[in-house]
This record gives sequence, C-alpha cells and structure tokens, in this order.
Amino acid sequence: MNHFHPLSFEINGRPVTIDAPPVERLSTLLRDRLGLTGTKVGCDAGDCGACSVIIDGEVVCACLVPAASVQGARVQTVEGLANGTLSALQRSFLRHGAAQCGICTPGLLMTATTLLDRNRSPSEADVQDALGGVLCRCTGYRKIVRAVMDAFAEGQEEEEIAPGRAVGASPIRLDGERKVSGAEVFGADERPADALSVLVVRSPYWHATFEIGDTDEFLRAHPGIIAIFTAKDIPGRNRFGVIAPFADQPALAENRARFRGEAVALIAGERQAMMQVDPADFPITWRELPHALGIDEARASAPLHEDRPGNLLTQGFVASGKPDAALAAAHATVSGEVETSFVEHAYIEPEAGYAFMEGDTLVIKACTQAPYMDRDDTAAVLGLPPEKVRVVALATGGGFGSKLDVSLQPLVGLVALKTGRPAAIVYSRAESMRSTTKRHPARMKATIGADRNGRITGMIFEGDFNTGAYASWGPTVANRVPVHASGPYVTPNYRATARAIHTNGPIAGAFRGFGVPQATIMQETLYDRLADKLSIDRLEFRIRNALADGDRTTCGQLLSGGVGIRQCLKSLRPRWHKALAAAVEFNAQAQKLRWGVGVASCWYGCGNTSLPNPSTMKLGITRDARVVLHQGAVDIGQGANTVITQIAADALGLPLSAFTLLSPDTSITPDAGKTSASRQTYVSGKAAALAASQLREKILRHANVSDAAQLALDEECLVVSEGGVRRAIMLSQLPSEEDGYVFAAEASYDPPTSPLDENGQGVPYAVYGYGAQLVELEVDVTLGTVRLIRITAAHDVGRAINPLLAEGQIEGGIAQGIGLALMEEYVPGRTENLHDYLIPTIGDVPEIETILVEVPDPEGPFGAKGLGEHVLIPTAPAILNAIRHATGAEIRRVPATPARVLEAIHAAGRRQ
Amino acid sequence: MALRYAKPAGLEEALRLLKEDRWKILAGGTDFYPSLGDWPLRENVLDINGLAELRGIAETQTHLVIGARTTWTDVIYHPLPAAFDGLKLAAREVGSIQIQNRGTVAGNLGNASPAADGVPPLLTLDAQIELRMLGNMRRLPVSSFLLGNRETALAPGEMITGIRIPKAAVQGGSGFVKLGARRYLVISIAMAAARVVLAHGKIEDVALSVGACSAVAQRLRQLEEGLRGMEADRAASIISDYDFPELAPIDDVRGTAGYRRSAAREIVIRAFLQALERERGGLAA
Repeated sequence: MNHFHPLSFEINGRPVTIDAPPVERLSTLLRDRLGLTGTKVGCDAGDCGACSVIIDGEVVCACLVPAASVQGARVQTVEGLANGTLSALQRSFLRHGAAQCGICTPGLLMTATTLLDRNRSPSEADVQDALGGVLCRCTGYRKIVRAVMDAFAEGQEEEEIAPGRAVGASPIRLDGERKVSGAEVFGADERPADALSVLVVRSPYWHATFEIGDTDEFLRAHPGIIAIFTAKDIPGRNRFGVIAPFADQPALAENRARFRGEAVALIAGERQAMMQVDPADFPITWRELPHALGIDEARASAPLHEDRPGNLLTQGFVASGKPDAALAAAHATVSGEVETSFVEHAYIEPEAGYAFMEGDTLVIKACTQAPYMDRDDTAAVLGLPPEKVRVVALATGGGFGSKLDVSLQPLVGLVALKTGRPAAIVYSRAESMRSTTKRHPARMKATIGADRNGRITGMIFEGDFNTGAYASWGPTVANRVPVHASGPYVTPNYRATARAIHTNGPIAGAFRGFGVPQATIMQETLYDRLADKLSIDRLEFRIRNALADGDRTTCGQLLSGGVGIRQCLKSLRPRWHKALAAAVEFNAQAQKLRWGVGVASCWYGCGNTSLPNPSTMKLGITRDARVVLHQGAVDIGQGANTVITQIAADALGLPLSAFTLLSPDTSITPDAGKTSASRQTYVSGKAAALAASQLREKILRHANVSDAAQLALDEECLVVSEGGVRRAIMLSQLPSEEDGYVFAAEASYDPPTSPLDENGQGVPYAVYGYGAQLVELEVDVTLGTVRLIRITAAHDVGRAINPLLAEGQIEGGIAQGIGLALMEEYVPGRTENLHDYLIPTIGDVPEIETILVEVPDPEGPFGAKGLGEHVLIPTAPAILNAIRHATGAEIRRVPATPARVLEAIHAAGRRQ
Repeated sequence: MALRYAKPAGLEEALRLLKEDRWKILAGGTDFYPSLGDWPLRENVLDINGLAELRGIAETQTHLVIGARTTWTDVIYHPLPAAFDGLKLAAREVGSIQIQNRGTVAGNLGNASPAADGVPPLLTLDAQIELRMLGNMRRLPVSSFLLGNRETALAPGEMITGIRIPKAAVQGGSGFVKLGARRYLVISIAMAAARVVLAHGKIEDVALSVGACSAVAQRLRQLEEGLRGMEADRAASIISDYDFPELAPIDDVRGTAGYRRSAAREIVIRAFLQALERERGGLAA
C-alpha cells in the first residue's frame, strides 16, 4: 500500500497532521513517523500487548490498528502519561519495582491507566482481568498487580538512604525513570536516518543444501535494494560460537543449512523499498536433505558436523564414591525418567540493533547480554581486530540467556562494513523464535537410594540434552548438569553423565539455569517418591540430607562456609504444616478438585564452571564532584545498574546520589563479563567493591586520614572528616588523570576455581546460592487443569544487596518455572508466535511470599551470592510434587498440560 | 500493479467496490494484521471501518441483529437478555481487552477458526449470518456458513453485514466454558456453550455446542433431543452417558484427541449447569 493519505488526529493532547499509508499499523506510524518509540512492538499480532495505546479512552494494540482509523481520534501513548512529573501510576511502578527490563512497561501502564480511569482502587482480580492481555517475562507480575492496586495510595514516598547504608536498602532502581516514561532506548528504538534496512533470508527446511540464483536480476527487479550478501562476502572466519573451541556456526550458511531458520543471505536496501520486499522472491534453490529432530534419530544419523560422530557434541561427567554398590546396598531406592521440551526465552523484545562506521571502527549498537563477547565474535567473522569493533549495549528487553549469543551483530556489521552505510535489523517475532536459542529438551533417568535412617547413600543420573544444530552453550549445559544433578544434598556415592546431542532442531543454548532446572525436575521428583517410600515427611527428608558447612559436594569440593540450604528449608516449616493441614481438610470435602502441596530445593554455582570468569570495574571522581562508575555489567532488567552501584557506593563511602553511570560500551567500560550464570552481583559486584575500596584508599592517602574517615561530596569539594576534623579537597583545583578523573581506580576479580579432573573432581565454583520453594495448588481431576494457590520461596542470597530487586528476581524466576512446568513447549515449526507458544499471563502467577535468607558467603561482596537463575530451578519440581501429592499423578513429561495431567491421573488410578 | 485501498462511507459503495474487484476486508484488524505475518501486503484492502450503519445491536420485530462491525466490547456492555450470557462470557474470553475493543463478532465468524470463541454460543442462539452483495442478500445459519477450518460459504463480491438472532432463541439462561492452558489470552483446547429453558422443573428447550473439537464447532442435536422433557437435575448424568458422535477432535500442541473428547463431556456439563443456574436464579452475567 504505497499511497499516502493525509491524517489528522490528536496525539497526547496535541494535534498532528501527517501523511501515511492508510493500512500502515498504528505502531509503525507512532514509532517511525512520529518518533514516539515509547510504544514497543513485541509480536505484531496482538499476542503480547506491548504496543498498547489508548484511542478515545479504549486500550488497543497499536499493531492491529490501521493508521486510517485514528483519523479524528484522540491517541494517548506512554509519552503522554507524565505531565511535567510522573503520573501516580508511573511513580507506583517505580516504588514497587514493577518494571524490570521495561519493554512491557509502557503497554502495562497504558492498559492500567484505562482501568484506573474507571476505578481508582481496583481489586487484585480487577487488575488481572484488565492486564491479562499484556505479557511480561521478567517480573512474574506480582509487583505490577501491587503497583496498580496501590497507585493512588497515600504516604508511600521514598526515604532518603544515608551514605554507607546503600547495601541492604531498596532504592528506586537507578534506571527506573526512563523505563516508566518510555524514554529507555531499546534495540529497535534508535536508528540513523540514512540506515539501510536488512532482511535475512532463512532456511525454510530443517536440513538442506542450497544454491543462490541470479542476484543481479533480483537487484534489477527491486529498485531501492542496494546489495545482497552471502557467505562468500564474509571477510573473516565464518564460524562463531560462545565457546571458542566449539565455534561452529556460520554467520551466513555456506551451502548447507542445518536448521529451519538458519541465515543464508542478506538483502540490504533503502527503508521504504525494503518494506515491500518479500523474502520468498529471493532467488535460491533448495534441495532437502534427511533430517533428525529427535535424539535417537540423531544418534543414528550422519553427523551434522564432521568431527562429531554420533552427533555427540560433548559429554559432562562427575563421579565419586561407589554409586553402583551403594544403590545395591540401599535400604530403599527409586528410579524414574523425565522428559522436558524446548523452551523459548520469549523476551518481549525481539532482537534489534544497527551498525555504522566511525572512521575505521565498526560500531554496533544492539540489545545484548555480552558486549565483549559480541565484539570478539563479530570481529572474527568480519576479519577485523577486536579493537576495530565497538559494541554499545542498548537497553535489552529481556535476555534470559539467549542474548548471550550473537544474532544480528555480524549481519548488520557486514552490511555496514561493505556498504559504508549504517545498517539496521529488527527481528520479527517469528524470526526471533525460529533463529535464536532455546532451553535444551532433556531426556533423563536416575536412581537414588537411601539408608534406613533416610540418608541418601547414592545416586546415578544420565541425561541426553538436545542441543540442536550448533554448539552454542551445549558444552556448558553438559558440564553444569552433572555437577548440580544431586541437588544441594550430601550424596556420598554418585555418578552423573550429561550428553549434548546435535539434531536439526533449533539451537539450544543458555536459558536461565543451563540445564540445571531440567535435572532438578528429575532429582526432586524422585526425592518425593523416596521420602514416601521411607515414610518420612518430604520436607524433613530434605532437611536431613541438606548440605551444610564442612560437607563435600559430589565434586569433592569442601564447602567451608556460607551453605544456607538447611536454613531455607527450615524457614518453610511453618507454611508447610499449615498447607498440609489445609489440603487434608479441603480434600476431605472435595470431589472434582484436589489440593496438593509440594516442595523442592535448588543450588547453583555462580559464574563459569571451572573456567576463568573475570570482571573489571572502573570508577573515578570528576573535577565537578561526581563519581562516575563505568558500569559494564549489562542490566537486562535484573538490576545490575542499581546493585553494582549500591555495592560501589558503600565500599567507597559516598551516597548513591553522587554516582553517574556509564553504560556498557566496549570503548568506555572495561570488560565486566557476560550477564549470565548468576555472576554479576557476585563477580562484577566484587570487582566494583574492590575498585571502590581502592579509590577510597587513594582519597584517604591523599587526605592522610585513616579508614575511619567519612567522605562526602559538596559542590566542587570532596569533604573528608575524621574525629571532628573536616577537610575539604577542592576537586576543581586538582589535576585530572587522562580520562578526566581526579581520583580513579580500576580492579578485576576472578572467582577462585580449579579445573575438574576426568571424574569431575575439583572446585567448579567459588560461590553457590541456595533456595527452596513450597507450592500449594489445586488440580481439577476431571479436566487435568492446575490452579496455583500460593508459592512460598526461601532463597539464601548471602546478603540481599537490594531486597526489592531480589524479590523481583524471585517472582520473575518463579513465573518462568511455572511456564516450564505447566505450559511452555516450543514445537519447532509450529509454535513460532506468542499465541501458540504460551507463557504465563498475569492470571497464572499466584501470590508469592518471599523469605530472604542471609547466610553470608565468605567470598561474595558484602557476603552476597548470585540469585538470578536459582529462582526458577525449584518451581517446576515443586509444582510436579504438589500435583502428585494432590492426585497421585506422576508427570514424566513437562509441560504438564491438562491432557498430560489427566492422563497421569488416570495412570495413577490404574496403579492403585 | 498498484494495490487498491478504499474506505467507503456507505454500504452500497462498499458492495459496488466488492463487485468490481477482489478485496481483503479490513474491520477490527485483529485477524487481518496477524495474517500478514512478516510479508508485505499483497491484496487490495477494503476498509469497512467507515460503515457506521454496521456497528451496534438493533432489535427488529423478529430478531436481534448484531451489525458486522460490532466489537466484542460492544456486546459485553450492551444490555441483553440472559440467553446472551453465554455469548457475553465468550466475549470476555476473546483474546484480551485490547482484542475485544477492536475485534468484531462477524470477523470471528469470517475468520472461521475451529477455536473461534464466538461460534459455540452463536450456535446455541440459532444465529444466522446475513450476507450481502450488490443487489442481493442472503441469510445462512452459522452451520451452513462455516464449512471447515478457515473455510466459509462467503461468495466472491459478498460480505457479512450482520448476525441475526431469532427471538425464539432469545429465551432461557445460558453459559459458556472455555478450557485453555493459561488464564488469559489463550486459544481454547475445547469450549462449550449451553442455553436452557425450563418449564416446571423440566427442560423445555436446550441448545448445546462444542468448539475446538472438530473443524467447525458443533451443535449436539442428539443430546439435546435426549434432554428435552427431562428433569433438569438428571441432565448431568445424561450428558455423561452421551458419546458425542458430532465431534472429531484432533491431536495438536494444545491437547490430544482423546483428552478433548473427555474434556468436552465435562465442560458441556459445566456449561449446562451454568445455564441452568442462570435460568433458575435469573443471575445476570
């Protein structure tokens, strides 16, 4: 629809007249023609609600409204909510920590605004009914519900945080205001006016060879398209991968595509012309090859990669003691099998970004979890030295592991490098789902034995993980799973094997937990059966076997301190007994509904497994009396910007308000590693603490005072006080170092680990975090549907640097655990959208009570441990255990959809 | 070949345009845009959002008529007798509020998804689809209009102009039960609608239907026949014994055929009981 029609309407209270194609989506009109990028696009299909705006008082998805329909209408977007100051709802979102990554926040705010216009004090059910159409993948919705209910509640203004008291406080997140105002700049929110649009041609087949036809003719037939790029155009090594020795994925396939969705060519052209291009017209001839999507077929098929016979990518192994003998001699054993599905990260922001040349340096601005890894991989593919590539992290609208791998970075980089023009890509939802990584489907079996006192004597675990067509993080999953498959329990005799197997399925990579959530489903469901067999209360059974200070792990690692799993489990006791009693009472009356209670634990090593994993942090004090923190730890919503600054503030002894943050940019922030493996609070936090301590040391030395001195900033002065003596250092009078700081410091920290031997013995991690969750639910035994009633989550975080953000992590992780347990199943080729692929909505996450357990870790900054991944690990097994408690149904395949639950209920009935 | 766009201001003009060319009709947009996928537009677009006469619910001597542009939100907020409670319950389950504010009842029919939420309650209301082309108008019962998965009886040059509910069907209480794998914004695994009219504790009239368990949602005529004249309290056991020959469920990502068959029985009972409660208690939706 090329014709433009004149349109006049009102946008956020002011009249606007503009020419636009009448069928253009309103979301496009707002973002691309009016520059109102606060309205986000997550799916272009009405499935996610991110683009919600208000037209004449009614909330709609802007992606479904033709431009022509706003003629004469009043349109409100997030940019119109604040009127000089933030609206009550926006302030409430900040106060409650209701925005994490912020990509869904504008849609939620607009939708909630229409609710609050009619009802200033809505009930929880009102809020859920109103916001059911907006998906959030980070928060678990609980804080959103509270923020909307309390929007007009009085007397909840924020308290000032005293200097030195930032750790342990919950200040409003430092990047919060731009998330609720719509000002945050995500991958698709910025693009140079002269940027070329880039379309990626992808394989429609699981496995096929291809030949590219007459591209010159294609170019001639499509004015405005300026170039086609294929593998032949790649100047460097056409292989990338997050783990260098396994790097195997071409940025553009060479003549064979190994999975559906693999990139094979790029079409670059002027923006308007590209809007009319259908990639199906691209001249390419495909020849399908046999493919294998399942593990068994793949094991028997020709290898996808020549050097990987049997399609075995790699195998992880941990063994200690004599597991076979221990199980043979056990008083009781249980065995079982569990199968899990591909799980899609389903962040609401599809991958987006752009590249341009700055002199002879290629600059890439995109959403990411790992700017330095992006830089190095992109540089290698493009044949550039790493210092000639600069990666700037734009705000990332959710990552959860998938944005650790490069996606569009080498592609826009190639176009910018070859054409000299800026080049931009915004993935569609389908493209994002087809081409980026997933959680590994796992097929696991295990046997666990205990003695007559209910002590675990041994465990054998075996798991095959479908790693898809390329390596990605498959090796990490294979190595992490055997280390963690015992759960946080003393297991003296143990053998665990995890294999990563290539198939022609989607690439399975990193997803919150790296395989541990799958393995924990296996172990924790067996624990329930074993406790029942031994007639021991399921919670007490876990407490009895929980690791404690002084115990050794299955890797032989001595845990000298900071082990908090027992405290977590014990803190659940009161709720456990209450819930069990309530279930007994309910079930005595019920017919079609049954209540059940389940519990499960987690432990999780923070950082890389036995590999170097350093972070570097830098900060300085300027002549105009600001503390500038080079905060390179990417905040994908979890809160690193705030938490790392809180740590730095207290280590330095200056208030949070003194800090200015520089965002991740490989040209200005030192390498703080990747945002993964629950490492940022611990590893980057520790680096920040070290750097800030060094800076403090420099200042104290300069002022010639002891560590007891207090620091303050006052106009252009740094004020140092000790014992009633106050000395003002005139910063503006002092010389500055090369990057403009009067005082500066930089420090690195690398967790002390050691390599694992052939039996997996060693020190894989320096710090572990622990947790346990208790689920209460109701099963409809005639339909197999599950209604969650309440979840109680106890997590040992060592030290809660920011309790509100920690709760946000817990609630968000639980929501993803609920999805894993009950509804999320990515079926390649069939669920490439957000209506066939289901993630929890605001109505699917029950009340969550968080118990923050603080058993300080000797290594972590201020005693802190990682948390980000731990939080989703116990949820799914606790749900399955509660379903079994309610009905006797043993679920062997997740997600436990109504059909599977009903089948398991019937099978349990037959067993009796 | 330039694509055409037109936004007629009156029905006659719309019908004239429909006669002279092939068009894709754009109303609420809630199916139009998702069906574009990642591809550029390749059809002429007839935007009917200028046809004011097609929006709203009107009453004639014999019928209630839902105009083709009437949204689900319009249905929810329009005062209607209890026989429409099932349709209103279904309206609240169509996508989200965002979708209900734009999506139309007629579009739900025209899109002809086996899982269309509006179809089972419209079947229990004996709804007819009014179709017009230039110089001609015809009316088809829902069951004759919906021919299969994404397949309708709409002829070239024709458009849906309204949905007509005969007053004879505007009686009794009604209910609707949707079964999905999450709370909101979910495509049904199965759904059931019921409408029941009591006389002296007995079932005088009943209409039952099931969606998402066959290519097109089905009325359960044999079961209805078996229920007519029976004591209302016996209905659940009669439904339990019924073998649902109308259904032909499939296995898909949302559930197995076997599961759908067993779930259908349960939700028909629940929809019936809902309808019964409303008929007895006169509860408004």
